[in-house]
Amino acid sequence: MLHNNTFHRISEFLVGLLFGLGLMLSGMTDPGKVIGFLDLFGAWDPSLALVMGGAIAVGFFAFGVAKKRTTNFFGGVLRFPNNTQIDRPLVIGSLLFGAGWGWAGFCPGPAMVSMADGQPKALIFVAAMLVGMLGFELMDRFVHAPKR
Amino acid sequence: MNIDWAHFTPYASLTGGIILGIASAMFILLNGRILGISGILGGLMPPKLGDTWWRVAFLLGMFTAPTVFHAVMPVEWVTAPRIDAGVLSVIGAGLLVGIGTRYASGCTSGHGVCGLSRLSPRSLVATLSFMGAGFLIVYVLRHAFQG
Repeated sequence: MLHNNTFHRISEFLVGLLFGLGLMLSGMTDPGKVIGFLDLFGAWDPSLALVMGGAIAVGFFAFGVAKKRTTNFFGGVLRFPNNTQIDRPLVIGSLLFGAGWGWAGFCPGPAMVSMADGQPKALIFVAAMLVGMLGFELMDRFVHAPKR
Repeated sequence: MNIDWAHFTPYASLTGGIILGIASAMFILLNGRILGISGILGGLMPPKLGDTWWRVAFLLGMFTAPTVFHAVMPVEWVTAPRIDAGVLSVIGAGLLVGIGTRYASGCTSGHGVCGLSRLSPRSLVATLSFMGAGFLIVYVLRHAFQG
């Protein structure tokens, strides 16, 4: 029998692989498609609504099951977010994210998959994104940012 | 409203979305975690002892996806991505996405898919905010300054 940790690493790897395949098939890794969805006043591509709809339809049932449980299927912890506050960081952060998302057409997952697919601009995007994440982390430590 | 039928891919997008839902379902039910890309990645900036390898395993899986995708999919079904933004735009957008997703504690996957699936009001506000900003910025870039 596999060591429990090994099993988890394999499971995480496979879920990551499945997620990446879903992103590619859905069209999320094509910035033209993302911007086409966000372009309500131009030639509108509704595909992304179906991506979200399909994902949430499945997710709704899965999280319904998860909420009724105290452990995951293998007896481990279920880590649900405990922050329920609707605060300024949530809104401002999301607005900044949305602006970047609409600007280049990449969000974090598709950008990394596209990078792995050999797209140079996705690599540049991911590098800038990592700088942004690290910069935020440092800022958060030095300036006493509002609690997230 | 003017629908772009030439680029509309209902079957692939719906199927892809269902796969994203299945992956999110597996992650919470098997690994007990929310599948949120910005959180998984951001937790590595910088890496913390005892909280690193599950993130690396997930990301390595994601990085393997293009190889598997191209091996499995018929070539004529695969379309090249349209990345129109210039290098400076890509850098600016990447910085905004990095800072914004960490400040908001989530992105399209964590808030958009998982959060809405579990009916979190917080994630609904996040999703409406980033979608709203996305609609607005595309309107400004594509239409506001066009004669």
